[in-house]
Amino acid sequence: MQPVIGVLALQGDFREHLAALARLGVEGREIRLPSELAGISGLIIPGGESTTIGRLIERFGLREPIVEFARSGRPIWGTCAGMIVLAREVDPETRARTQHLLGLLDIVVRRNAFGPQIESFETDLEIPAVGSEPVRAVFIRAPVVAEMGPAVEPLARLTDGTVAAVRQGNLIGTAFHPELTGDDRFHAWFCRLAREHSPAVQLEPATRGAR
Amino acid sequence: MEKSTWTTKVGLAQMLKGGVIMDVVTPEQAQIAEEAGAVAVMALERVPADIRREGGVARMSDPELILRIKEAVTIPVMAKVRIGHFVEAQILEAIGIDYIDESEVLTPADDRYHIDKHQFKVPFVCGARDLGEALRRIGEGAAMIRSKGEAGTGNIVEAVRHLRDILDGIRRLQALPKEELMTTAKELGAPYELVCEVAETGRLPVVLFCAGGVATPADAALVMQLGAEGVFVGSGIFKSENPRARARAIVEAVTHYRNPAILAEVSRGLGEPMRGLELEAIPAGQRLAPRGW
Repeated sequence: MQPVIGVLALQGDFREHLAALARLGVEGREIRLPSELAGISGLIIPGGESTTIGRLIERFGLREPIVEFARSGRPIWGTCAGMIVLAREVDPETRARTQHLLGLLDIVVRRNAFGPQIESFETDLEIPAVGSEPVRAVFIRAPVVAEMGPAVEPLARLTDGTVAAVRQGNLIGTAFHPELTGDDRFHAWFCRLAREHSPAVQLEPATRGAR
Repeated sequence: MEKSTWTTKVGLAQMLKGGVIMDVVTPEQAQIAEEAGAVAVMALERVPADIRREGGVARMSDPELILRIKEAVTIPVMAKVRIGHFVEAQILEAIGIDYIDESEVLTPADDRYHIDKHQFKVPFVCGARDLGEALRRIGEGAAMIRSKGEAGTGNIVEAVRHLRDILDGIRRLQALPKEELMTTAKELGAPYELVCEVAETGRLPVVLFCAGGVATPADAALVMQLGAEGVFVGSGIFKSENPRARARAIVEAVTHYRNPAILAEVSRGLGEPMRGLELEAIPAGQRLAPRGW
């Protein structure tokens, strides 16, 4: 059975993620409220502005449901702002005065790590997890992973060794935007992870959530 | 590694989608905007309502003020230059501003030509009243378009008119056979290649925001339902009675623009909106939207 992938649609480039899923023949669903998470096998937190998305997660009661979603073992993938929102911590220099985080990924991120917009760039990255051919990676006012906990594995590095993508079990973070390139291998890989958590497998957590 | 590519320029606008960009004139306002959930701030010395009231030549803001605002927040900072004033744009690029608005709200520096925006590493947003104007600006290198509306009025009518004109123009192109596109491009005053692209894809090749008159959460949701991908709010927030609450409410309305129950909830008890102006009260010579060639 095909999984349904939720895309957090509070703010940001969620339509580009939904378009990538559609190209793969996977059903995507916009998530703005907790009730919309029912029946979802995987969740994408898109690029956007992390302070905005974080505040709206709090405002509309999505924090606990997303944390519960992660605990159920279903995969969550954050791109750029999405990775920041998933993180345990933002380094003090680049943290906003109010910066709401989900605290799920055991990483410290540095926001906007390359400087102002004119430093935004594209490059090719080796990401063995998704395929042997390099992936075109677009970094827009992008964050980097400054520190990682022991359970976190780097998925991709820039040539200077900077970590640009990580995985910690069912949680994935990328500093770049696979949704902007038309190369859907990263999405295909994420959908495969989600498929391992088809509705039959996730029945128990879903029932718990409904009570 | 390639810096400042078209993908990164358009890409930043894509990251702003579903969000609210707020005009701010002090670092303190910028922080209120950031805490309310703004995706970016527009740093300027005077909001359009004050520019309109005080008159005189409106220019790029003092870089000192723009930099102080930039230091006060972590979200992207935009700033305005006069139409055609490419040196003001060079200055803003030099101080590391994230996006430049070549804006009709300031007094034009050139009454015939806009800036050649392809020459810059920093991306540009430009205003448009209709599809032809939008495609001319994109042809010059704008990586984001905002419908103009009539800035500083708190009156949504012009914003709705311009947004509808742009979107109607797109829908009309989609219905045309290929052989009619060249003559249509001539009539629109738009680059033929861009006309063909829009006819094929049914959308602008860049992000489309709405500006010029948004004063309430309902206004913001209205233009989102009409097809805007995000909203600029100029005078509407900091010329209202309770900017903090209104800023938050407009952000929430843009997220839940199709959910009337949430729109009702966020619209409650916001205090007085900005005063607002009837369009008929503005002499033709003082309208801002017709600036742009």
